[in-house]
Amino acid sequence: MKRNITILLLLLSTTVFANSIRVGKGQRITSLHKAVEMAQAGDTILLQGGRYKEGNTVINKSLTLLGENNPVLDGENKYEILTVTGSGIVIKGIMFENSGYSSMNDYASISVIDASYVLIENNTIRNAYFAIHVANATTCVVQHNTISGLTKTEQTSGNGIHLWKCDDMLVKDNDVQGHRDGIYFEFVTNSVIQQNNSHNNIRYGLHFMFSNNDSYIDNTFRDNGAGVAVMYSHHVLMQGNHFVHNWGGNAYGLLLKEISDGQILQNKFDNNTVGILMESTNRINVDNNDFGSNGYAIRMAASCNENILQYNAFAGNTFDVATNGTLMLNTLRNNYWDKYDGYDMNKDGYGDVPYHPISMYSMVIEQNPNAAVLMRSFMVTLLDKAEKAIPSLTPENMFDEKPMMKRSSL
Amino acid sequence: MLKISKYVLYDILRNRVVLAYTAFLLLVSLSLFQMEENSSKAVLSLLNIVLIVVPLVSMVFSTIHWYNSYEFIELMLTQPVSRKKVLLSEFAGIGSSLVTAYLVGVGIPVVLYNFDSTGIALLLIGSLLTLVFTSIAFFASIKSRDKARGIGAALLLWFFFALIFDGLLLVILFAFSDYPLEKVIMVLSSFNPIDLGRIYLMLQMDVSALMGYTGATYKDFFGSSAGMIYTFGTLLLWMIVPLLLSLRSFSKKDL
Repeated sequence: MKRNITILLLLLSTTVFANSIRVGKGQRITSLHKAVEMAQAGDTILLQGGRYKEGNTVINKSLTLLGENNPVLDGENKYEILTVTGSGIVIKGIMFENSGYSSMNDYASISVIDASYVLIENNTIRNAYFAIHVANATTCVVQHNTISGLTKTEQTSGNGIHLWKCDDMLVKDNDVQGHRDGIYFEFVTNSVIQQNNSHNNIRYGLHFMFSNNDSYIDNTFRDNGAGVAVMYSHHVLMQGNHFVHNWGGNAYGLLLKEISDGQILQNKFDNNTVGILMESTNRINVDNNDFGSNGYAIRMAASCNENILQYNAFAGNTFDVATNGTLMLNTLRNNYWDKYDGYDMNKDGYGDVPYHPISMYSMVIEQNPNAAVLMRSFMVTLLDKAEKAIPSLTPENMFDEKPMMKRSSL
Repeated sequence: MLKISKYVLYDILRNRVVLAYTAFLLLVSLSLFQMEENSSKAVLSLLNIVLIVVPLVSMVFSTIHWYNSYEFIELMLTQPVSRKKVLLSEFAGIGSSLVTAYLVGVGIPVVLYNFDSTGIALLLIGSLLTLVFTSIAFFASIKSRDKARGIGAALLLWFFFALIFDGLLLVILFAFSDYPLEKVIMVLSSFNPIDLGRIYLMLQMDVSALMGYTGATYKDFFGSSAGMIYTFGTLLLWMIVPLLLSLRSFSKKDL
């Protein structure tokens, strides 16, 4: 990523020697269209404060477009506002409003297509169909943008930051809300999503498909329709993210589907219906995460193989781990469980009795969803206790051999 | 009638069991709220206590009190007061003292730490359950003359509602798992006041999201005002019907 930034800095420094064109009321040029037409590659366009209704503007040469005193580009609910294609383009400090909606085209406030070395920074985008739509681009940076959509239905709203078929991208420090998916990745490789805040989106906070070798770090996903979905990808690093209050009948913090060889490290899962939902997930390391007050901390389908869960802390969850079969080919070790009631005789910090995190009742619900009506009934508590003593329904080999006695702090 | 109730209340206050019950509830609720950092979690733990302890205490206390004040009741009936009046004032005395104990023991901590719609629902359901089980205990003790038998019947009834009923429900769920059972279970749960209270409170606490499709159907029903009226109406019926039955049987009874 350092490489990206150096290149962009170089780009910025070259523009110092180029011309700059001022656009605005009372200036020689009042239209953005005209300014873009006139400008040579390497020029800077300084867009002055005011409201511009110019329909669609296409930037296809290496330009820097800087907003001064909060200029607003208005799409009048009809047009795609800015289309960017080419190399070495900077869009900075502009407010975009009311981009058009179409069920045929993916209209966006800023559409980047067939481009490289593009920097989109410090923009505010309101009331957009798609806010930032990037397709077939390499080495671009999207950062410090504030994006808020009007929450409509899943069909009539687009994604906040939409990346399709990209490589070497950085999405950093954006605030996205009220869109279909906050951030959308499809066929994006070698990219980083960092310190974003994606909240109150209708579908997913982050939607991630067919995107390999990416990492997302220190993001917050709060109150989204269904949290984060990571599907059909491999070698994804998920670290230090915060999944909060993705709550509802069909919601979860993190969905893993057909994922392999990834790392899930030091994340926090609070108040989600399901912390992590794993399906057909292979060789994932889940280390040092914190699961608190979730309905299910982890729901692991029997189709998951060779995943390792270690040094995680489970506290205050209704169910710690649930599964839907008796086969279990994953490893649990050295986690902290608040429901553990074993002892530690040799004082090495690890409990001497294995902990079985799967409660019998969660297996009963899995087989017969109607039994959910008995949740928290006295009889269920008794049955769970009996099952703990003599396991029969729960998978025998799903246990933590040496659970930690004390919680390790993140 | 008020006068008799007053004497019943005096009597209850004198034997201090209700005071101990109040202190116990107060201690448990306060310590739960102190221990849990998240007060809504504490309400969830409190729910378990309310659903087990409150019916048990209401039942056992009412039965024992009935048999212990048998002589007082006989004395009252020699006076020109109707049997109905005597029984109702006994019920009013015991019911009000137990409800007060519950409202002080659980109500004060709830008001202090978690006074929202869930807290209020917990107090309402708890009070109603107290009255329901007092009324069931009355029926059980009027039906059997022998004290040991009466207490045994009361305990058995508690055991049935708290434990056996749910076991039977589970059996039905598995036996007929191929059929859509949501509606059936909803009706069946009305036959157990503890279950009804539990389901209603759980849906208030937003645990319904964990219950998948079943939870969603219940939430639709119990979350609506019709569901609320249904729940409280059924619980009131659970209080009134045993009371009416015991009135009938008491007025015919050869004392």
